[in-house]
Amino acid sequence: MYFEKVNHTEKYKISPLGDHALTIVFSDIIDEVINQKMIALFHHLQKQNLSFLKDIIPAYSSVTIVYDVIVVRKNHASAFSFVKKEIENAIMNCDWNINPSPKKIEIPVCYDISLGIDLEEMSQQKNIPVDEIIQLHCNKIYKVYMIGFLPGFAYMGSVDEKIITPRKKQPRIKIHAGSVGIAGEQTGIYPFDSPGGWNIVGQTPFKLFDANRETPVFLEAGDEIKFVPIELDEFKKLKEFL
Amino acid sequence: MSIRIVKHGIADSFQDHGRYGFQHLGINPNGVMDSSATQTANLLVGNNLNAAVIEFHFPASVVLFKQQALIAICGADFNAMVNDIAVPINTPVIIEKNCVLQFKKPIAGSRAYLAVHDGFDLPLWLNSYSTNSKAVAGGFKGRNLMKHDEINFRSVQNYSAALKQKDCEILSWQASTKDFYADKNMIRIVEGSEYDWLNDDAKKIFRSSSFIISNQSDRMGYRLNGENLSLKNTGQLISSGVTKGTIQLLPNGQMIILMADHQTTGGYPKIAHVISADISKLAQLNPNEKIQFNIIQQQEAENILFDQYQKIIQLQNACNFHLKSFFEKYDLH
Repeated sequence: MYFEKVNHTEKYKISPLGDHALTIVFSDIIDEVINQKMIALFHHLQKQNLSFLKDIIPAYSSVTIVYDVIVVRKNHASAFSFVKKEIENAIMNCDWNINPSPKKIEIPVCYDISLGIDLEEMSQQKNIPVDEIIQLHCNKIYKVYMIGFLPGFAYMGSVDEKIITPRKKQPRIKIHAGSVGIAGEQTGIYPFDSPGGWNIVGQTPFKLFDANRETPVFLEAGDEIKFVPIELDEFKKLKEFL
Repeated sequence: MSIRIVKHGIADSFQDHGRYGFQHLGINPNGVMDSSATQTANLLVGNNLNAAVIEFHFPASVVLFKQQALIAICGADFNAMVNDIAVPINTPVIIEKNCVLQFKKPIAGSRAYLAVHDGFDLPLWLNSYSTNSKAVAGGFKGRNLMKHDEINFRSVQNYSAALKQKDCEILSWQASTKDFYADKNMIRIVEGSEYDWLNDDAKKIFRSSSFIISNQSDRMGYRLNGENLSLKNTGQLISSGVTKGTIQLLPNGQMIILMADHQTTGGYPKIAHVISADISKLAQLNPNEKIQFNIIQQQEAENILFDQYQKIIQLQNACNFHLKSFFEKYDLH
C-alpha cells in the first residue's frame, strides 16, 4: 500500500519499473479527481522535451515513464536517479488544472439482444428489465480514465451502481470488435475481435481503431463519452457504411 | 521483387527495435525479442543497429532470393542452408540471385534474425517497421509472413565479382556474441514494486528454485511452471503501466514474464523485472527449458546494459572496418 488516505494528490511516490522505466504513483484507488490529475501530468510531461523519453503511460492513478537508459548513461552515472530527478522537477511545474480540452463524443450503440449477448443474463441476475439496464447504461456521460489492454481499448466509468457487474468467470474466446461491455463499475468498447471477460450489453458500428488514420486510436484518456441507442436496422446500415 | 516467401514458417515477422511513443493509446511496442542478435545482424551487413529484420521461429519460412544480397543471420542456430551450402550464424554472407535460404533444424536457440544490407523496403507505421498483428499494422501487411509474399530490398547492387560464380560466399569475419548469452539459464532480475507482497517461503522459492518455461509461451509472454508463490496479503491492485521483462504473479500462484508483444498496462502484482540486458538470452530459450533467477541491484542492471551497448559498438567498429575494405575491393557501397 502506498498511502492510507489521499488528501493531497500532489503527494506521490516514484518507484522503478525494472531497469528502464519508472512509475509515479499517486494513489491506489480509482478516483475521478486523481485520474484527472494523471491526465494533466501526462499532457504536461509530453510538452517537456525530455531527451530520454520513450513513452508515457497514464493510468487510473499513476503515470509510467519508459526511458532510454543508454541515452542517459552516456552522461550520467545512474539513469534512474537522473530521470527521477528530471520528473520530480517537471512535476513541480505541473498545472494540475490543465484542461486538455477533452473530446465530447456520442457513440451509437445497438443494444439488441443479438449483439448485447449478456443483457438477458444480467437482467435475470439483477432482477432488472433489459430495457432498464439499457436506459441506465446510456443515460450517463462516461469519462475515459485510461487506455490499455488492447490498442485503443478505453476504460470508462463509472456505470450506475444498479448495473455494476463483475467480470465473467469464464472469459469468452472471441468478442466481436465494437462490443460494449461492463466489468465492475467500468464500461469499455472492444476495438478488435478479442478474447475477453466483460459483460456485453451492445455493439457500436463505429471503428474505434483504424491503422490508416493519422491518429489510429479514436478515444483518449480524458474524453467524455455518451452512448446513443440505435435500432438494429440502423446499426447494420451504419456498419456497412463505415 | 527481391525476396519471395516460398513456404511459410509458424510465426515469422518483420520487427525493428519497437514502436515507442504510442503506449498511452494502448499501442504496444512489439519489436524484436532478441535485440542483441538483431543489432549484431545489422552491424554485420553495415546497417543502422535498429533496422528492420525478419524474426524467424522454427519451423521457419523458406526464402527465395530474386536478387543478390549481402545478408547475416544471428540469434538461434537453425542450420541455415543456401541451396546446399551450410551458412554459419554471426557471419556476413553474399547470396547469388535465385538461391533459396532454408532453415533445416533447430540446433540452438529459439529465434533467428535475418538482416540484409541497406534493409527491406517496408512502409513505416507510427515510426516503426515492427509488426503489430493485433492492430494488423506495421511490418509487412501487419501480419506474419505467408507463402507468396514478396518484399523488396531498399537497394540492390551487383556482388558478382565477390561471388565468383558460386551460390554464396561466406565472408571471412565473424561477430562473437557469446557474452550476450553467457550463463543462459540464469536470468538476472531486479525487484518489482510488489516483491514484498511475497511471503518468506515464496521469496525463498522465487530466489532458489528453478522454473520451467511453459509451452504456452510466445512473443507476448513466457508463462513459467514451478512451485506456487503465495502472497502475504492479497491487496487489490489497480491497472498501471507494465513493460518488457515485467514478471507478474497470476492469481494461481504462477508467473508470467512480459515479452515484446506485452500489453501496455496490467493489474497483477509485479514481483520482479528481468534486466534489459538478459531479455536477449531469455528470448533464445525454448519451452521446457529451466531458468533460475538472480536478484541484482538497479544500478548493476544499468551497468550491465551499458556495458552490453559498448560491446555492440566495439563489434560494429570492428565489422565496419572489415566491411569497408571488402566494399572497396569490389567497388561496392
